Amino acid sequence: MNYRWNWSILLQEPYTEWLWSGLQWTVAISLVSWAIALSVGLVVGVVRSLPSGILRMIAGIYIDVFRNIPPLVQLFLWYFVLPEIVPETIGLWIKRDLPYPEFVTAVVAIGLFAGSRVAEQVRAGIEAVGNHLMPAALATGLRPMQAFRLVVVPLGLRAIVGPLTSEFLVTVKLSSLSLTIGVLELTAQSRHIENYTFQGLEAFTVATIGYLVIGLCVTGLMRLIDDRVGGAALRKAGS
Amino acid sequence: MSDFDWGVIARSWSFLAEGMALSALLVAVATSGGLVIGFGLALMRLSSNRLIAGPAAAYVTVMRSLPLVLVLFWFYFLVPLAIGRPIGSLASALIAFVMFEAAFYCEIIRAGINNVRQGQAEAGLATGLRRSQVMRHIVMPQALKAMTPLVLNQIIIVFQDTSLVYVVALHDFLTTASIVAARDGRPTEMYTLVAVVYLIICLSSTKALEFYRKGRAG
Repeated sequence: MNYRWNWSILLQEPYTEWLWSGLQWTVAISLVSWAIALSVGLVVGVVRSLPSGILRMIAGIYIDVFRNIPPLVQLFLWYFVLPEIVPETIGLWIKRDLPYPEFVTAVVAIGLFAGSRVAEQVRAGIEAVGNHLMPAALATGLRPMQAFRLVVVPLGLRAIVGPLTSEFLVTVKLSSLSLTIGVLELTAQSRHIENYTFQGLEAFTVATIGYLVIGLCVTGLMRLIDDRVGGAALRKAGS
Repeated sequence: MSDFDWGVIARSWSFLAEGMALSALLVAVATSGGLVIGFGLALMRLSSNRLIAGPAAAYVTVMRSLPLVLVLFWFYFLVPLAIGRPIGSLASALIAFVMFEAAFYCEIIRAGINNVRQGQAEAGLATGLRRSQVMRHIVMPQALKAMTPLVLNQIIIVFQDTSLVYVVALHDFLTTASIVAARDGRPTEMYTLVAVVYLIICLSSTKALEFYRKGRAG
């Protein structure tokens, strides 16, 4: 291999700047799409666990559809197809007046895909806790809806802090898809540096370290949360 | 709202079929290669020698925390440099997929093997079987049974992941569709088609897998 590593390239203007701004975009996309994923996932997951009804079916359809189309295809649907199929005035607004159109499209697409995965986790958590806590809660005199709302849902959510950590890390990785619609996040910037300098491996190494560091921070933070309020705290309280 | 023109699909059918064939090839190679290397990695991780287990664990952790898009770039640029000649985007994508999926298959296989109770292996040894015999006749059959649904599930994920070779301009199903979309100015029809095809294939496989799981559990 006669590649000439040249790490100093990364300290030259404007490449340091590019990588730094790429990292910021990655974090921004991850956080905003995670906020969407959590809110949508919580609602859909809870609705999916309700005893019966048409709402439950709708939640199921959302989960099935959004989980089974590749996220990149979904991103393209939001970016290329949506402006064409909505009424013309809205389509024009999306194309012309929407602020940061690529960023907004990316977080909506990634957020709704990740939301369907979060919804499944929420449903699984509620199901796991509900089976044995529901009868106990009913025995204390709560009505079924109260038992569900006050006991099963909160405890179910606490139990899934661990799995949600992995879902967040999946979302961080998904943020890289937004490079296909022109958001210059971390992966895009390192590709960009390759284009300009032919010293891509240095830039890819930095990007790799960036994802690892984000992953470590998230895992550490979530472990802390898990110890305080999550499944780990529940197990401690139970033993 | 644009007028739908579904004829565009009929006109580009053979090109789209080529794209689907490439996606299928990627799934086949990534799964078979990933399983073989993943099995090797799993055995390394299960070793009690830290010099063997450590690197395998590090490899798996790094691969699993990287976006596949970045891994595709890594191999796309690294492999030609490492061997000194260009190998084309298909070969580099195949290598990237195999190496990436190997990390995921490793964890599935390791979990499957760990799932078999320690006592069974000890009992096997106590009856006078050698280690390799215990592995082949006692541990692996049970581990295989536990990991089959997870492997099948991973294959569905790999199929979805193949759409990412778009970033190295390989003509998979999504890329062929986007080429037609740009050429004919028909993004609505083409991307809807891609979404529907993926939805039908993945959803029916997922449901079939759930059915298979329930049947086995019950």
